[in-house]
Amino acid sequence: MYPRAFHYHRAASLQEASTLLGQLGDEAKLLAGGQSLIPLMKLRFASPAHLVDLNFIAGLSSIKEEGSSLHFGPMTRHAEIEHSALAAKIPIVHDCAAGIADVQIRNRGTIGGSLAEADPSGDWANVLLALNTQVRIANAKSTRTLPLNEFIKDAYTNALAHDELISGVTVQIPAKNSGGAYFAFKRSAPVYPTASAAVQLAMEGNTCREAAIYLGCVGLVSVRAKEAEAALRGQPVNEKTIAAAAEAARAAADPQTDMRGSADYKRAIIAALVKRAIAAAAGRARGERVEVSHIYA
Amino acid sequence: MPDTKIPITIKVNGKSYARSIEPRMLLMEFIREELDLTGTHIGCDTSYCGACTVLLNGAAVKSCTMFAVQADAGEILTVEGLEAGGQLSSLQKAFGDNYGLQCGYCTPGILMSTCQLLAENKSPTDGDIRKAIAGNTCRCTGYQNIYKAIHAAAESAKGAS
Repeated sequence: MYPRAFHYHRAASLQEASTLLGQLGDEAKLLAGGQSLIPLMKLRFASPAHLVDLNFIAGLSSIKEEGSSLHFGPMTRHAEIEHSALAAKIPIVHDCAAGIADVQIRNRGTIGGSLAEADPSGDWANVLLALNTQVRIANAKSTRTLPLNEFIKDAYTNALAHDELISGVTVQIPAKNSGGAYFAFKRSAPVYPTASAAVQLAMEGNTCREAAIYLGCVGLVSVRAKEAEAALRGQPVNEKTIAAAAEAARAAADPQTDMRGSADYKRAIIAALVKRAIAAAAGRARGERVEVSHIYA
Repeated sequence: MPDTKIPITIKVNGKSYARSIEPRMLLMEFIREELDLTGTHIGCDTSYCGACTVLLNGAAVKSCTMFAVQADAGEILTVEGLEAGGQLSSLQKAFGDNYGLQCGYCTPGILMSTCQLLAENKSPTDGDIRKAIAGNTCRCTGYQNIYKAIHAAAESAKGAS
């Protein structure tokens, strides 16, 4: 399948890419990893007249520790994060990177591209919302920073002005005695999850001090399960409180029936994923080594 | 419509090729149509099945989900690049010896994904193998003989070194 013919622009810097976006107008799109954009173009759901390729700009792919945060370059590929010892300092980030689609897609897809696409079935936004994440934004003249929850406006809609792009993603390393885990349920590796759950806990002994619970694929954006968080906050993490949080998450999910399953089926999956994610997150907060891998149908 | 062709130079299986191509030409079409290397297969054409997998600078990629212009100045390895002097590589032999294929359509892609796996991991477990070829769909074998073939290839690579 061929996409519509387009003009190809190879940017040498983010500034040049921003300038090109400004000059070319609404018909221009950025090409990062291309693992969503190219299939969309081949199916002609997207037919941009211009593509501005970011892949030849040096230095956009990096993982650095800066103070108490990890900083990801916008073109850092999922596979680089998967194999990074530095990124593994935040276990839920490793869960996410290592579970996205398959090896081939992780070798190409980027963290910046995934956040900019704001696909409600995407993995990164759901996980990074459960952490303290700032999106660095630049155009040719200036920079600004937005918290991730303000960056994602709606399904497939971000806060970027037309000539702006993501210049980096900064994630605060959770404090000691914290733990997180991310589980997705998928029919097979290359497809988007049917449902997913990201849980990040801060613990004091066996008592949950703070909880962040986000649900993926069950709303137009990631759903923050506030009632589920409240069911854990200030409580011991045990079978009873985990079950209460899972039920609250089931109620918070707002899925649509589609080819991946009925709405009720997805709610049931959400409850099961949240249970497992809380147990894994609490174990990690206690310093246990808990392996997490996605669940396949 | 835009028709500007872009000059690119790509090394494929050790040989350098310079061509001028339309930006919308997919990497798999460049490999198959421009270079006549038809071992790289088009399966689903939607980034699912992995039949089109090649190595770009050592990393497995789905060549149906990249434009050829993006591989400019890169090094590609396709299934044709695995044999040497008319002899199948030990990886290819292992697939034959272990009946790791039936119709063979998915095989080039699985071989290329396995190349990345074995370059990074000399002693893969069953779990490592499953993860490495999770992006490659086989509708004949049920995968068991593919896992056997990959284990055998890892063993023979150890024996050779």
